Order: sequence, then structure tokens, then C-alpha cells
Amino acid sequence: MGKPKVAFFDFACCEGCQLQVANMGKLLLDVLGAIDVVEFREVMSEKWDQDFDVAVVEGSITTPHAIERIKKIRERSKVLIAYGSCATIGGVNGMKNNFKLGDIRKEVYGKDAKFFETIETRSVPQVVKVDYLVHGCPVYIPEFVKVLKAALAGLPYDVPDYSVCVECKLNENVCLYQKGITCLGPITRAGCNSWCINNGNICYGCRGMVSNPNENGAIDVIKKYKIPMDLIKNKMNMYNKCRENDNHE
Amino acid sequence: MTIMSKRNVCVNVEYLTRVEGHGNIVVDVKNGELKTCQLQIVEAPRFFEGMLQGRSIFEAQHITCRICGICSCGHTLASIQAAEDAIGFTPSEQTIKLRKFLLHMENLDSHLLHIYLLVAPDLLGVKSFVPLIDTHNKVVRRALRMKKASNDVCDLLVGRHVHPISSIVGGFTKLPKEKDLDAMLNILYNMRPDMEATVELAATLKFPEFERDTEYVGLVSDDAEYPMLSGEVGSTDGVRMNKKDYKKITNEFVVPHSSAKHAKLSRDSYAVGALARFNLNAGKLHPKAKAVADAVGLKPKCINPYLNTAAQLVECVHSLEDSIQIMEDLKKNGINRDETVIVGLNEKGTIPVKPGNGVGAVEVPRGILFHNYEVDEKGIIQKANCVIPTNQNVNNIEHDMKKLVPEILDKSDEEITLALEMLVRAYDPCISCSAHFLDVKFVNL
Repeated sequence: MGKPKVAFFDFACCEGCQLQVANMGKLLLDVLGAIDVVEFREVMSEKWDQDFDVAVVEGSITTPHAIERIKKIRERSKVLIAYGSCATIGGVNGMKNNFKLGDIRKEVYGKDAKFFETIETRSVPQVVKVDYLVHGCPVYIPEFVKVLKAALAGLPYDVPDYSVCVECKLNENVCLYQKGITCLGPITRAGCNSWCINNGNICYGCRGMVSNPNENGAIDVIKKYKIPMDLIKNKMNMYNKCRENDNHE
Repeated sequence: MTIMSKRNVCVNVEYLTRVEGHGNIVVDVKNGELKTCQLQIVEAPRFFEGMLQGRSIFEAQHITCRICGICSCGHTLASIQAAEDAIGFTPSEQTIKLRKFLLHMENLDSHLLHIYLLVAPDLLGVKSFVPLIDTHNKVVRRALRMKKASNDVCDLLVGRHVHPISSIVGGFTKLPKEKDLDAMLNILYNMRPDMEATVELAATLKFPEFERDTEYVGLVSDDAEYPMLSGEVGSTDGVRMNKKDYKKITNEFVVPHSSAKHAKLSRDSYAVGALARFNLNAGKLHPKAKAVADAVGLKPKCINPYLNTAAQLVECVHSLEDSIQIMEDLKKNGINRDETVIVGLNEKGTIPVKPGNGVGAVEVPRGILFHNYEVDEKGIIQKANCVIPTNQNVNNIEHDMKKLVPEILDKSDEEITLALEMLVRAYDPCISCSAHFLDVKFVNL
């Protein structure tokens, strides 16, 4: 039996998650030793015309053509991994859904707007069945390696379903709310080791919401610190706007 | 006219590989006459400028750096510069030094990726770096080691290279500790032998011979520093303007046969990037970088676009040496940690805000990048515009292709296709950027 055939594909995104893979350094050679990368357009000219053992998909679905393409990739793949927030939850591309599509196209492309095919941004799992999710903008490499290993071994991987605060506390960061700054850590899925807060910034919610956020607790905190609701809403919409698609489908 | 030159050639490269983003090359020669010659941008549009409207200027850089994973530090810095210009904030000297350092790391990282992983396979006659793991194992290991080194420095400084965390409007949310300064310096010192080996390797690579005189555009200044983060906008045709007048530089226009907006200044087209910077400012490079330019035979004004890769190599040496100088200087004078900023969305009004219109002009790996924001009295973005290097280069690439194709009609279809792919790749195009910005107009495909 040969090494598993793995392919990387990208849709609407910044390709930063692919770059995270290229940035693995020597670890990349170890990974490449265990798999056979058959397609990876950003760094390879080789193409593959058979099925994939694993397809790793980055980016959001934003055009009718992309829907057809992701469906074909799904048909050819035994396992499909969505990696990066654009793929797993729609990510920043979802902000487009804040606007009426006609308006934003006109705003951006003026009278040529009609030449632009665009649909509401959707995450990959909103279009096809996905076997593994690697959240994050960008992905956190230790988690990506964990998922890849699980996928190759046929084992499940469960994304942590507790908040970033859990990891943040372990990292002994001072809570940003105590400094008068809003942070989405309390409602955002952990798994990134509170990357941004460790570096002095806030959590922007790039990994998506926990499945059962403590809404009352959040409301208490927002009231206690007199934070305007529209500020929080705007922040929520930066990465999590696409979750609204789930409600009306 | 020879029989060969009366031939038909039809090149249609769909989804050009080893470039960032999605682009097609379409060339059609009938009876020896060039009918079509296009670099089509087919990247899915992402509407960033629209998404920025109504958002706080303090989250602009967090959003715009997500336009592109490769140039995310460059977008961050252009975005911050435009934002600070708009609200009237002047960053500290220490902040500027750290930003210049960050820009060097991005330049190093991006150029190394391009030289080793994207261009070298063409020059060594393989389809990607993967076969090189067997045939040139030491080279691949060195490439990955050097890339990782510049990444590790970014990790220490701003949390990560892809979508940097701590570089924001106002300064840095986390400043490097004494041991971080040592660690960064160590990594950079250790990179020197690898850089020497890279220069040796590059000297053995043979680039295609092709020339077309064009205008080169980039930052220029009157001081002795190789301008990356500040200065005015200038060209090899003698243009010099304030960055606020960037629209008079780019003069973007729409052509019916192309999917991307084109730019021109004094002639039909102009080029930005490492070769443009070299042509404008070669005299200001670090002495070690100058020596490398001499060694590889690169002299201003160089008009062979394939040698953009050689100019990137020269810049790698400059970035490594200049960043070591900056870091040694910071270490000697110590870091003023009182400058750490906690901003969030400026809930506490830490940074005073006034309405205004600001422009950022930063030399990122692929050339000069402009960000422009208009904000109201609360710092809410009313209008955003960005002009990215690849958009400025597309027109120049097409003009190169139009001159190149008739010159190589005696070659096989495969050779012509490869020559065109290599030409486009030499510009290191960042097609994600070019379409993620709203400059791209599909007029009629």
C-alpha cells in the first residue's frame, strides 16, 4: 500500500493557512515523509486525476462555480478536512453578508457590477459534508498536525468546546475586561492556546463560537462594563456572520 | 519572415501554478501574428473595501491583513500608516524602528519563498520543490530553515508571521523582552552562512535573456536609507510626488480585454517590486547587498524582468544586514516598555481621534502598496481604497508578454508556455491581493 494521497485546495481566502503549512520548517519534511502530496497549486505544478485519500480545503464558498468545484472535490475524496476559518465558519468573508449583495457589488464595482457573480458567503460545511474541522485565522499548526494525524489514522478529532478563557487563564493573562477592553474570548472556542491575548491583543472570535455559550454571563459582563451592544455585535460579525445561514436553511 | 514565425500558437494556462492566487495566461498567435496576449485574474472577489465601511479604524489592519497571507505584515503596516495619517497620530521612533524591522522580516520570508520554492524549480527543470527533496536535499532543507528562521523572528516580535498580532495603530501591544532581542539576533546571525550559500547557489542559476525598457516606480527619499516604510513616490522617468497623490501615480484604467484594472504613469505601463526598488535606490543598499549585486551582475537600470528574482536576492541580503543593525541598536539603547499600547477598539479613548483622510505607502515584497481611509470624528471608516502591487504590474506583464512572444516564436509550444509562466512568476504576482482588493473589474470575460 502506498502513502496516502493528499491534495490541498483553495477557495476565497488569503492562502495564509497554506502558508502556515509551508512555514512548518523541518516538520514539513516529516509530514511529507508520511503522505504523498498530489496537488498543491500554490507551490506545485503537478496535477492528479484520481481520487484523494485526504483533501484539505481552505477558503469560503462565494460563487456558483465554487459550489460545483467543492462538490466535485467531495466526490473524489475519502476524507475532507476544512481548514482555516474561511472554510470552517465562513470567517472574514462572511462580513460581505452584512450588506445586500446588489449594494456591495455596486459600491465596489460600480456600473460593471453585473459582470460579477457572487452569492452569500458560505462555509464549506454549509455546502458539503466535512469530516474534520481545523478552525483559526490562521490555523494553529500544532492543532493542524494533530488533525492530520487523526485523519490518516482514521480516528476522530474533537474540537475543544470550551472557551478561550480556559486557555487564557492557564497562560496567566490579565483579563482584558479588567482593563476596560472588550474581548470575545468568553464565547469563542479554545484550541489556539489564547494566541492573540498572549501577545497583548484581544480575541476576535476567529475560531467560532462554543456550542453552548454562557449568554447570561456574557450579558452580565457587558452590562457591568457598560459596553455598547453594537460594538459587540460588530465584533461578532467579523468572523461569525455566516452562522446566520444555518438558521434559515 | 521564416516559416516558423508564420506559425500558430495557442497558449491557455488555466490556474497558473506556483503563484499566490488564481490567474490564467491566454496567448493566441495566428499566422505569426499576435492576436491575444492576456494575464487574466480569475480570483474570487472578496469585497474587502466594502466590508471596511462602518467599522472602526482600530480594526482596519486586523481585517485588511487578511487580504493576503503572504503579505499580511505589509498590509498591516500600510493599513496602520494610513489609519494613523487619517486620525493624526504620530508613532514613536521606537515603533517606527520595530515596524521597519518587521517589514524586513516579511521581505526576507516572502523573497525566500519565491526564490527557492516558486522560481528555482523552473531553473532546475522540475515541476515543484517536491522532487528537489530527493535531488537537492540540502538546498530544500536550507530553504525551509531560512524561511522558518524569519518566521520564528516574527513569532517573537508580533506573535506570528501570518496575520501578525501585536502590531496595531498606535504601536505594539507587546514589546520584546531582553531575552527575545537576544533570541532574534541569534537567529539572524545564524542565518548569515545560509544566506552566503543562497547567494552562491543563485550565482549558478541562469535566468532567461529578455529586455524591455519600462518605467520603474517605488518609494524615493533624500536621506541615505533604502526607503521601504517612508518617503515620496518616484519613478525612473523622473516623476516625484507625495504619497497623498497616489491616484496620480496609478492612473488606473479599465481595458475591455482584461479582467483586472491596469495602471500607467509616464508610458504605456510601469513596474513595481524588488527590481523597481533596486533601479531607483541601488546606491542606498547595505554594502554587503551591493557586493552581491555586483557578483550576480545586476546593475541599475536593469530592464530584464526575469531578474526581479535576482533583485529579490540582493534585497534579502540587505534586509538581513539592516535588520541586524536595527536589532543591535535596540539592544544597545534598551526597549522602552512604557510604550506598550492597550487599545482594543479604543474603548477608553487611549488614542485621540479626529476626522480625516489618510494614505499609507509601503514597499512590500511585490512593490509599493497603497492604503487609503477616510474616517469620521469617531474613527469610523467612511471610505476605503487600496492599490496593490500586482495590480500595478499586470499591465506591465502584458506588455512584456507582447514583446516576448514574437521573439521566441521559433521555440516549441511547451517552451513558449514555460517562458511565459516564468515571466509571470518572476513578478511574484500575488493574485489573491489583486482580486481581494476591489480594484479588479471584470469588464467582459
